[in-house]
Amino acid sequence: MNNLFVYCEIEDGVVADVSLELLTKGRSLANTLGCKLEAVAVDHNTDGIGAQVFPYGVDVLHLFDDARLSPYTSLPHTSVLVKLFEEEKPQIALMGATSIGRDLGPRVSSALGSGLTADCTSLEIGDHEEKKENKVYTNLLYQIRPAFGGNIVATIINPECRPQMATVREGVMKKEIVDAGHKGETKKHDVRKYVGDADFVVAVIDRLMEKSKTNIKGSPVIVAGGYGVGSKENFRLLYDLAATIGGEVGASRAAVDAGFSEHERQIGQTGVTVRPKLYIACGISGQIQHIAGMQESSIIISINNDPNAPINSIADYVITGTVEDVLPKMIKYYKKNTK
Amino acid sequence: MSLRIIVLAKQVPDTRNVGKDAMKADGTVNRAALPAIFNPEDLNALEQALRLKDAYPGTTVTLLTMGPGRAAEIIREGLYRGADSGYLLTDRAFAGADTLATSYAISMAIRKIKDYDLIICGRQAIDGDTAQVGPQVAEKLGLTQITYAEEIQKAEKGKITVKRRLERGVEVVEGALPLVVTVNGSAPDCRPRNAKHVQKYKHAKTVTEKQEADADYLDLYDSRPYLNLTEWGVADVNAEVALCGLSGSPTKVKKIENVVFQAKENMTLEATDEAIDTLMRELILNHTIG
Repeated sequence: MNNLFVYCEIEDGVVADVSLELLTKGRSLANTLGCKLEAVAVDHNTDGIGAQVFPYGVDVLHLFDDARLSPYTSLPHTSVLVKLFEEEKPQIALMGATSIGRDLGPRVSSALGSGLTADCTSLEIGDHEEKKENKVYTNLLYQIRPAFGGNIVATIINPECRPQMATVREGVMKKEIVDAGHKGETKKHDVRKYVGDADFVVAVIDRLMEKSKTNIKGSPVIVAGGYGVGSKENFRLLYDLAATIGGEVGASRAAVDAGFSEHERQIGQTGVTVRPKLYIACGISGQIQHIAGMQESSIIISINNDPNAPINSIADYVITGTVEDVLPKMIKYYKKNTK
Repeated sequence: MSLRIIVLAKQVPDTRNVGKDAMKADGTVNRAALPAIFNPEDLNALEQALRLKDAYPGTTVTLLTMGPGRAAEIIREGLYRGADSGYLLTDRAFAGADTLATSYAISMAIRKIKDYDLIICGRQAIDGDTAQVGPQVAEKLGLTQITYAEEIQKAEKGKITVKRRLERGVEVVEGALPLVVTVNGSAPDCRPRNAKHVQKYKHAKTVTEKQEADADYLDLYDSRPYLNLTEWGVADVNAEVALCGLSGSPTKVKKIENVVFQAKENMTLEATDEAIDTLMRELILNHTIG
């Protein structure tokens, strides 16, 4: 009772990174609270799930195994979580801010009448004093998220309702195995007690999932372009530099909106969060929502023809110039001076 | 089959074009400095509805929006583009609502409208980016949902077929009506205003707006009933005040901070060959690259 639950997303029998990241965060929050960490897997052929999640310190794994539960559809997975949460009364429930978690989370929160905060960038435990009512709440989940296009950061709490629910984007939390040999308890549930036939009102007719084409999250070097790159053609230069020095290409929201780059490469609050060794920002002005997704990079180089671009304030090196001018020079030097 | 469609739309501050004066010195948002616009993905949603109206004669498209009085602009904008009617949900009691209290109010208004086959809305609004209201409205109405829709391909025999755009792929699903569809920004843009519709609806007003309107036009509203935009408050939709607005919101804002990033000391280089060579040499030497 009153434990911390993480809903695990599964594709082809593999638990998604975002879920493992949440288990890692969940483990440390559970330690602070002195409660158990419990994972929920809703899928078909779930035998391999335990081995994937227990190393992250999961105390209890709830398995719901049924052919009809895969692939994900809204109502069956909602019914499982709503009923399970009514029984187990978690104090906190976390899920990925993915196309699944953002479909499932609001539905579960509405059914339970509990608050949900989307896209949190930080989760902490803390107290809250309601001065008017002279009430003190201890050990609440601080759900910290950007709001208003990233211009402000809000700390959200749910003083009264449980579970306190939050979604977090992939890459925001770090994933870390706590004990490779750890084994928790597995609870296999009877799916028929949780899901009714009426829940299967949406049929998936066709499904085409691709393995992610890019690996910007794991790349030690990122060459990212913004609206200032100017065109899709100029973006080729970023690919050339990335290929030369061994990195991936990323983009700001403005560059993606302008059609210079695909959405998968978007870095920032509404894209992925990255922490590379080297981040080369090309023609990126540095909107807050972008900076939030890359500020933890070890070295930041900003290439911009505007010497007052906001991103320059967080950069280690600022090169005042255009992408067309600077990138070929970098490529040339590297090619001449390595191997 | 003809459909009765409700499109949910929100008027939002244009957070994509936040200028320097958008934030006040005390760290709060200066809403006056931000233009109010039709939430972009709600326009994608409206277009999906209008396409169904084109494909299935007899289909009606009704807009529903919640907000302050000026949100009636959203309804007029929708009418100009091809919607048939609109409702404004406005009441002081709705103020301060989080997504759950918002969804409750909207679901009560939809219950009041009563006759519908399909509810369509944008995936999320740009002032909050939560993507919660669509699924929560569905849950409150006991309907299923199809989120991240890119194209509503067909509506036949009480079912719709929808193409969904997910992070790593595409899914085609079929669902039994009625249900809620939330539309992705990757869906086709909304058609522009139609000049005839603009002529027809330019004087469309809510009750409150009529009170402030030029007396010369007032007799119009009796002869042309379609110019009267319905305005509802808490009592009109039989909502419980305790479940609306701030009091109906389980989430509370504990703290708001202006975003300030720690500025670093940096080295500024000119884009000369020499300067770039020196930088690259350093990066190679300290094994950052290579």
